Amino acid sequence: MLSEFDERLDYRFPSYNRDALIARLKPVLPEDGLLSAPEALRVYECDGLAAYRSMPGLVALPRTTEEVRGVLMTCRDMGVPVVARGAGTGLSGGALPFPGCVLLSLSRFDKILAVDAVARTARVQPGVRNIAVTEAAAPFGLFYAPDPSSQAACSIGGNVAENAGGVHCLKYGLTVNNIAALEVVTIDGEVLTIGGEALDTPGFDLLALMTGSEGLLAVVTEVTVRLLPQPVHARALLAAFGEARHGGEAVAAIIAAGVIPAGLEMMDQLAVIAAERYCKAGYPTNAKAILLAELDGEEEDVADELERVAEICRAAGATEVRLARDEAERLRFWAGRKAAFPAMGRMAPDYYCIDGTIPRARIADVLDEIARLSAQHRLPVANVFHAGDGNLHPLILYDSRRKGQLDRAEALGGAILELCVEVGGTITGEHGVGREKINQMCVQFSEAELLAFAAIKAAFDPTGLLNPGKAVPTLTRCAEFGAMHVHGGALPFAHLDRL
Amino acid sequence: MPTSTVSKEVEPLAAEVREAARRHYSLKIRGAGSKAFLGRRSMGRVLDLSTHAGVIDYQPTELVISARAGTPIREVEALLAAHDQMLAFEPPDFGAGGTVGGMVAAGLSGPRRPFVGAVRDFVLGVTVLDGRGQALRFGGTVFKNVAGFDAFRLMAGAMGSLGALLDVSLRVAPRPRAERSLSFAEAWPASQARLGELMGKPLPLSGAFHDGQRLYVRLSGTERAVAHAAVRIGGDEAALEVWDELRHHRLPFFAAHRLWRLSAPRMSQIGGLPGSWVMDWAGAQRWLVTRAPAQTIRSAAREAGGHAMLYHGVVDGEDVFDPLPAPLFALHRRLKAALDPAGVFNRGRMYEGF
Repeated sequence: MLSEFDERLDYRFPSYNRDALIARLKPVLPEDGLLSAPEALRVYECDGLAAYRSMPGLVALPRTTEEVRGVLMTCRDMGVPVVARGAGTGLSGGALPFPGCVLLSLSRFDKILAVDAVARTARVQPGVRNIAVTEAAAPFGLFYAPDPSSQAACSIGGNVAENAGGVHCLKYGLTVNNIAALEVVTIDGEVLTIGGEALDTPGFDLLALMTGSEGLLAVVTEVTVRLLPQPVHARALLAAFGEARHGGEAVAAIIAAGVIPAGLEMMDQLAVIAAERYCKAGYPTNAKAILLAELDGEEEDVADELERVAEICRAAGATEVRLARDEAERLRFWAGRKAAFPAMGRMAPDYYCIDGTIPRARIADVLDEIARLSAQHRLPVANVFHAGDGNLHPLILYDSRRKGQLDRAEALGGAILELCVEVGGTITGEHGVGREKINQMCVQFSEAELLAFAAIKAAFDPTGLLNPGKAVPTLTRCAEFGAMHVHGGALPFAHLDRL
Repeated sequence: MPTSTVSKEVEPLAAEVREAARRHYSLKIRGAGSKAFLGRRSMGRVLDLSTHAGVIDYQPTELVISARAGTPIREVEALLAAHDQMLAFEPPDFGAGGTVGGMVAAGLSGPRRPFVGAVRDFVLGVTVLDGRGQALRFGGTVFKNVAGFDAFRLMAGAMGSLGALLDVSLRVAPRPRAERSLSFAEAWPASQARLGELMGKPLPLSGAFHDGQRLYVRLSGTERAVAHAAVRIGGDEAALEVWDELRHHRLPFFAAHRLWRLSAPRMSQIGGLPGSWVMDWAGAQRWLVTRAPAQTIRSAAREAGGHAMLYHGVVDGEDVFDPLPAPLFALHRRLKAALDPAGVFNRGRMYEGF
């Protein structure tokens, strides 16, 4: 199980004196800012990937940048690993505590500091919820575009750490495309401003490097996001297909026609049935796959483009195309999609959400192969995905109480991710590598590339204290993992000393 | 499991890098040389990427094109245009041969930048030859990809300081079906206020620049959206050609011997700098021809929340980019050392001794 860190494959830090650490941390934090009782720590033992659990040594709850500095410098001095945590909604175990670490919760950084409607920016603390930014911007006719499905709960700081996407990124981009500046604190206690109010800064694009760095480089203490004018009008359609392949072809044809929908989502039959049972969105449960497309902009344009998309779907073999007649029906179309994950909770005791991206043209082939892998591993898979950008979310249904099922789910998930790499895609589109996909990093990247990532990390964090055992695997781990996955008889990382 | 073997065609380049690292001399990365004027003067032997050229893959339905670094921008744009697609960030092309490698390394974007994003927003992946002569692939060919650090975006605007780009994968966009240009005879302060209003509305804006006399606004989108917006905005109809002249610096203004680029918040006021100005990016990128000393220009830009770059007319030893605060500069040094430990690439091009 990957939730168990392994000193040999991950990192080993010398043990520290817990009482001494508490004595040093207490003065730098507010009175109620340090948790050490086991029952208080238990709350932080996992994030959104609840199958992986591990206990932190202490939990720090700072309120100010100065307090974050104090915690980081103390941990650096005492050689204690630090795991930063936002709202804990991440799905890759990125906020899973390293055993005995100081878990640094940014939940008290919850203020919206300023909304500048003319500059179209908002300055917020990292613990602010994603949706709260859009709510604060709405009175000015503006919105914050990245909208991960956890947006009601997830924090902006976590979004930056993961480079979060959402349903609308095909048109509006990811987190990296929608932020202007960060204030970060390094493990050495240096407070850096990265990016700025201008559209670029001198030197390297550290804003891009920090976004999606999964808490390995520095701790974010303030975020300036860019806001966009709200589109005047949005409409949606639902297309049903007798074969999933036809849905995949429709997606490619829509893009080829030069239409960039605000959202373009696909669900397979199992996902449709689950969603329909859960929230009665009116989905056709006899369809092998459905496609949801949303267009936004000026009213007449939206009508024109929606008609083009409808025609393309029909030409690709759609058995039914429904245009949402009103706002209520549009919202109902989306309610089913947004409920897809909780709906799975009714289909099986547990589900495991996978997150890979593939070239759009391979959607149909990959769906076939996932069905084959599902049969081989004897676990059902429902597919929900951001079809417009080829970002798959296969949901593996299993029962953790039945012996061996979690292991099989993990193995099936790994096989799906490796399939994504094989067809020219990537092991993670928006959830991050975290702990979950640490082994698959060895499949996607070469030894030299992994060493380059390690060197980049060391440029920020020379002793490797920030979020160890996540995102970038050690070569020893790859050697061990590779030994289980020998391709074509060649043993990768063969020259490494195997302990 | 992938290995980082260097292909036969890249091996001579890799060998040059290894030799330079071993013998402690520096290499000047060169594509077509069309942006050789950009940055500080740097020394070293030329590492010629111009023959490492050609489109590797282009799938219009994937909205992505991959090309070797020496491929001319024009070749890529012609291919995209044949499929009604484009490089949305409108890279400037200062000569017939300007390459996609140089385009990414220089990180320059054209008039559409404030509305769609910069080069860095469209780079999906790169293969880069690092300072050890290894070919490293970062990113990929898909838009949503969060595996590993975004080292590929880090290459955009890094002026070749972190390695020599071998190939790049770029996100492309459909060409708008309609475009229109409008102009307003007014001074910059009036235009700045007008743009402050327009930028807050969901309009299909794709350009906003002031040439000293007039404000020009470009609209792009579907026929109806553009027509509708034109009615709302008003102004005089203007020719679309002016946008290409602006993008490629072919307006007479850009012939100035010494040209400054100021990047600042678009609504900011930059005071105390006499000279002639062209305001692009709705005010977020300002071009200045002035006799004012460098220090005055840099502090005025910084005061406004931005920075200044000596774009054209740099003399030996003169700085081009704004100096970085000490802790940030130290971090830059460590990052450079991570990918180019012997300091082989473009030594001194970005900063002195860097």
